[in-house]
Amino acid sequence: MHIVVLTKPVPDPAAAAERLGADGRLDRAASPSVVNANDEYALEAALKLTEAHGGEVSILTMAPAAGTDTMRKALAMGAARGTLVADAALAGSCLRSTVQVLAAALREMEFDLVFAGADTSDGGGGVVAAGVAALLRLPYLSNAARIEPDATAGRVRVRRITPTGYDVLDAAMPALIVCTQALGEPRYPSLKGIMGARSKEVATRSLADLGIDAGSVGGAAATTAVLGTRKPPARDATRVVRGTAQEGAAAIIELLDARRLVR
Amino acid sequence: MTAFWVLAEPNADGSLARISTEVATLARTLAEASGGTCTGLVVAAEPGTAASELARFLPSVVAVTEPAVADHAWATIAAQRAADIVGEDPDAIIVLGAGPDGRDAAGTLAALTGRGLLVNATGVTWADGLKVEMSVFGGKLITDSGFTGGGGIVTVRPNTVTAEPAAAAGAIEGRTASGELALPAVAVIEQVEEAGAAAPIEEARIIVSGGRGVGGAEGFQLVQELADALGGAVGATRAAVDSGWIPYSQQIGQTGKIVKPELYLALGISGAIQHKVGMQTAASIVAVNRDPDAPIAEFADLVVVGDLFDVGRELLAALRARSG
Repeated sequence: MHIVVLTKPVPDPAAAAERLGADGRLDRAASPSVVNANDEYALEAALKLTEAHGGEVSILTMAPAAGTDTMRKALAMGAARGTLVADAALAGSCLRSTVQVLAAALREMEFDLVFAGADTSDGGGGVVAAGVAALLRLPYLSNAARIEPDATAGRVRVRRITPTGYDVLDAAMPALIVCTQALGEPRYPSLKGIMGARSKEVATRSLADLGIDAGSVGGAAATTAVLGTRKPPARDATRVVRGTAQEGAAAIIELLDARRLVR
Repeated sequence: MTAFWVLAEPNADGSLARISTEVATLARTLAEASGGTCTGLVVAAEPGTAASELARFLPSVVAVTEPAVADHAWATIAAQRAADIVGEDPDAIIVLGAGPDGRDAAGTLAALTGRGLLVNATGVTWADGLKVEMSVFGGKLITDSGFTGGGGIVTVRPNTVTAEPAAAAGAIEGRTASGELALPAVAVIEQVEEAGAAAPIEEARIIVSGGRGVGGAEGFQLVQELADALGGAVGATRAAVDSGWIPYSQQIGQTGKIVKPELYLALGISGAIQHKVGMQTAASIVAVNRDPDAPIAEFADLVVVGDLFDVGRELLAALRARSG
């Protein structure tokens, strides 16, 4: 079984150094980059499945050329190889370009399943995977808490989390699955994995390689634009209450009353 | 004249999802501000109930009877029917909720139609064009964005607006879905209800949330009781979820849900950045924590320094005494 995991380098949320440049685009130099946390859950799920059923995991990333540094961590977790789509013309891409490029890259790859994380910590839309599935005419299964492929039957079953429980979905492979944290915690790369990742293959593909007209994607063709930015309004000063539990509870009730949060 | 469309989400029981009442209210307001039209779309095996509810909010509703969604995943199919009905109009603006089904449908719809997509709006206004407000970088920055070509697709976070019915109920036009579906439909072979499944926390007005300090699944009993007393929902940090004390569906933060309730009561939560990004836009934040120097003290409105169980039980008693 071959699984491709979509991974995105994002500004490290823990560094809290994200900012936009003057052009309204993410200033990638301002912040260290990490693998998007939700993508690590998807990668972990893929690794577990290939460990159980055989096969291998590869990762697909669309990012500037420096994206290979972040991809090494995903490779250290156990992915066999990576593909990086990098092209100067992709700067300023809107969601439509991202979907188009990832779909084009997947068309050139062989897979039984494509996995994606629930959303990214920078863009946060959670919409790219559905778009990729639509362009590739793949069955789309989202919000997955359990994934059970049956290679012999060529089908996959997914528990999709719903507001009241879960649905069991069934689809033919190849299919695209959006993973959630409910699939289990990602592993830490082992020392051996980290060493081995250095020599793993990362193929870099340009727009020309994928047969995409550079004028049809990136900032020049963006369907959306940032018009302006502002700081969120500052929060009021924090009131700190130390004392007995009764006094603490009374302070909370006082706030609830003042803000009409209780009857 | 801009045509606004709302792709509404039906609940499993055929009623209208709450998020769709908010999205409909927002879209109607935008249509009024722009002098445009506003039409709701319900795609369901039996769309009648949801369509009637939606018509309370919008001047016109198209109720599409689509038998396939009775036993197939909704979003992929609904997006295709919506794309057909909206048609080619490049200036059309389609608005959906930013929950799981809305995101799935929005992503599919964008790919099918080539329209632009703005996600997780925390506000949408009209002034010579659409302006979509989004909270980015874990709430550190607010951006205003627009579509370069006029129209596009917008997903809207829960609690962005308060749902308000229109002065008069709208007209409902019934249609039966027809035509081949280009995208593969995914079969739903079983629907399982889990005991104690809570209302979606993204929609809750009040959230009582527990972290590592709650100490175990038993500790969440008090969190639940407080949530019940306040008419709210239970949330949790990743640490509490990873420890198996509470289901993933209740997790708030970077890899969980982003919420914006009127009150966020954080019990035994330090307020690390990964959690903060999921809840810091709450209107009021109250924390109960033993550590007065925990990061949450930097952005809470009120910090009660103390044991969460002692303070929580006192608070519960006080709330129960009031409701009699």
